[in-house]
Amino acid sequence: MAEEKTLVEILDEHTKVDVVKYINYVTAPQCGAIATFSGTTRDTFEGKTVVELRYEAYVPMAIRCLKSICANARSTWNLDAIAVAHRLGPVPVQETSVFVAISSVHRADALDACKFIIDELKAFVPIWKKEVYSNGEVWKENSEFVERRSALGKHDQATNGVAKSKSHDRKSCCGTKVKVVEGAHEVRNPEN
Amino acid sequence: MQPVILPTDFTITEPQVAVMDSVEGEIQPQEVSSAATESGSSSIEVKVLFFARARDITGVGHMPLQVSAGSTACDCLDKVVAKFPSLAEIRECMVLAVNEEYAPGSIIVEQGDELALIPPISGG
Repeated sequence: MAEEKTLVEILDEHTKVDVVKYINYVTAPQCGAIATFSGTTRDTFEGKTVVELRYEAYVPMAIRCLKSICANARSTWNLDAIAVAHRLGPVPVQETSVFVAISSVHRADALDACKFIIDELKAFVPIWKKEVYSNGEVWKENSEFVERRSALGKHDQATNGVAKSKSHDRKSCCGTKVKVVEGAHEVRNPEN
Repeated sequence: MQPVILPTDFTITEPQVAVMDSVEGEIQPQEVSSAATESGSSSIEVKVLFFARARDITGVGHMPLQVSAGSTACDCLDKVVAKFPSLAEIRECMVLAVNEEYAPGSIIVEQGDELALIPPISGG
């Protein structure tokens, strides 16, 4: 196989995510598909007006984790190039905080790997965001982390083998600061 | 761990950005063992890193911590929580990383190790 082409960047405060740059990075003549995911700051959370999100990271570990996740994706799907970028500092409403771009010969590989990478990022990469409202702020917790944190520290590498671990305990581990809406449990009224 | 071969394409715009923004004088090692200074081998020093809520609680991004040789990451956490009792409220939520890899609390730390307290992450 040709040399693996992977770009992982943690962007400095006030550096916008240049999505065109990453799409260009993964573009290749042999590829028939480019899948991308862009995570953006939305303006409300549970009725509260969100002013901005503020991100911080354990940068060297975040880089290591992302590289590992990309390597795992390559071991599962037939991918050409991968680019992953995460911005730090304040990210205003509508702007991109995280971007994933993947190219492959056929679309299924790129699409599936794209979802895998953003899901793994949210579960394992040491990046944090504080949600800033007009009248307060809170450190967020990803449900992916809460569900899979029991797998951490039990493997040599964060993302080795933990993909299969499952837990349906979606409670926030730090009390009720963040509510996770789960649609799986619908209460059906008994009808006689 | 799988081999990761990513030679030249990988860049960091700037290391450690926004991590320790509101720093903070270094805290002195919380304990100086006189026995350690005598023998030079019974005490080691690790660097403890705090992020997000943990950093908000402690008010510092990092601190040196002296522990006896053979201590586990969990032992280190005990000492840190003793120094910053408010950390107890998020202790059960946190996971640990030693030298940039997630690690169980039972791992033995060594001189110069970097121990990070990882509160629930929220990237993306």
